[in-house]
Amino acid sequence: MGKKQEMPWVWRLAGDTGLIVEFGEGIDPAVNARVRSVAAAVKKTPPDGVIEIIPTYRSLLLVYEPLKTRPEKLVNFIEQFDTAVLDEDAGPFKRVDIPVCYGKEFGPDIETVAKTAGLSTEEVIKRHAAPDYLIYMVGFTPGFPFLGGLDEKLFTPRLKTPRMVVPQGSVGIANNQTGIYPIASPGGWQIIGRTPLTLFAPRRENPFLYQAGDWIRFIPVSPEEYARLKEKEDRS
Amino acid sequence: MTAVKVISPGGYTTIQDRGRFGFQNMGIPVSGVLDAFAFTLANLLVGNPDNTPVMELTVMGPSLEIKKEMDIALTGAKMGLRVNDSPVEQWTSIRVRPGDLVTIGQVQAGCRAYLAFGGGIRVPEIMGSFSTYVGGKIGGFKGRPLQKEDVLETGDFPLLTRVRAIPESFIPAYPSEAVIRAIPGPQAEYFDTGLKTLFQSEYSVTVKADRMGYRLQGNPISIKQGMPKSIVSEPSMPGSIQIPADEQPIILLVEQTVGGYAKIATVISSDLPLVAQTTPGDTLWFECVDLKTAHALILDEKNRLHAVKTRLEAL
Repeated sequence: MGKKQEMPWVWRLAGDTGLIVEFGEGIDPAVNARVRSVAAAVKKTPPDGVIEIIPTYRSLLLVYEPLKTRPEKLVNFIEQFDTAVLDEDAGPFKRVDIPVCYGKEFGPDIETVAKTAGLSTEEVIKRHAAPDYLIYMVGFTPGFPFLGGLDEKLFTPRLKTPRMVVPQGSVGIANNQTGIYPIASPGGWQIIGRTPLTLFAPRRENPFLYQAGDWIRFIPVSPEEYARLKEKEDRS
Repeated sequence: MTAVKVISPGGYTTIQDRGRFGFQNMGIPVSGVLDAFAFTLANLLVGNPDNTPVMELTVMGPSLEIKKEMDIALTGAKMGLRVNDSPVEQWTSIRVRPGDLVTIGQVQAGCRAYLAFGGGIRVPEIMGSFSTYVGGKIGGFKGRPLQKEDVLETGDFPLLTRVRAIPESFIPAYPSEAVIRAIPGPQAEYFDTGLKTLFQSEYSVTVKADRMGYRLQGNPISIKQGMPKSIVSEPSMPGSIQIPADEQPIILLVEQTVGGYAKIATVISSDLPLVAQTTPGDTLWFECVDLKTAHALILDEKNRLHAVKTRLEAL
């Protein structure tokens, strides 16, 4: 129980049907692991009256039905967990390879990123495709992964004016974050490439390819390979 | 079987049920009806089980050509309902027959109305719900608002043996000025004078008011000296009142999952319908209540709905 004492959990009211528990400050892999492990444990044996379990960077939101449970009961339920034990139960998390065609019409902002970093576009691609990125959370739009682990050289501010439509599959950078737009949506991230994969397929048995806690690696592909993979995706 | 053909779709008409739960962790907002009270009564009126999908109408209603004999009912905002050009009451069951033309006009009080069909509108269930999530192009009718020429089906369902009507005392007035009760929010400590400002000023609804959220205009709410202007992104709830950089509050609604602005308060569940029934130019005041009060009101509403149900079914 030692860990819990070191960093007290903070409870916050999110209206009359939501409870947020905060596990720490800022964006930190250890804090995020704790969020996910508790989320996984709660999901395994959800208490009566809980209808949503939503892990994010450093906090977990429980949405509950007040006529079926009491917030005090949920606090007690969550606080029984010792995260040191839970970490093993939450995994194992998988790594998902995401093919990306960088630059050209798929990545209109790659030059901006290269210029900001003082690198060639080839070097930007090499560095962006090098790490395994941790999925801290999924949100904003269906399947949008917020990834940690971007090479510091590639940090680039958001666009001054967001685009009305960012095409489906676009891979972007916003400051120290990188992510993928699973559906076409407005957005202000610097777009450097696009994946042919369908990241959100509501009618597929599993609509998503990954969840928070999984890892993503980007695999650079040529426009020809992109077209071939895209055709395959569209057929399935 | 085929039930209605859309002659004109109205302002913004979507198919909704209570919402899509269990996927917010994947970025899927709950969607669903904004006025759960009016929605529940619409289904009760035609004898549907609770949570049967209905049409949510916004500001201007649709015109529909009826293709089969069935019971329908319109609750929520007052919109001027006509069947074959004769005015008909809302909050009551109506028998319609093939060839009838149902037209619903411009809103006169409130903002959103609910049109229920005996047997329910038949659309595919996506991830546990029939609700339309327009941003994600899923649910409801082809993942979008209704359009001219759309043809919808309803389930086979027995006709009512007698007319059902909601007692007058249960019908909300939908005034253009509303007092909205709210609980101090998850980042209430980011504000000092801001809380006072929120609970002591009037705010008007701007034109930026939709199912994602309501932007308000009024006295600016500033964040306490020394507090960060944004927070680490965390989930929002329908009713979360967030304060962005321009210091004007936004009430987040059902098509939103995460956000990075501090949230000063949360509208209580029982008053979300009140918010959803206001239109641009209307005035809102906020009243601070505690969690206990909010929960008592949820129980009250459940009992009220139960009382109406008992009465309707006993008639």
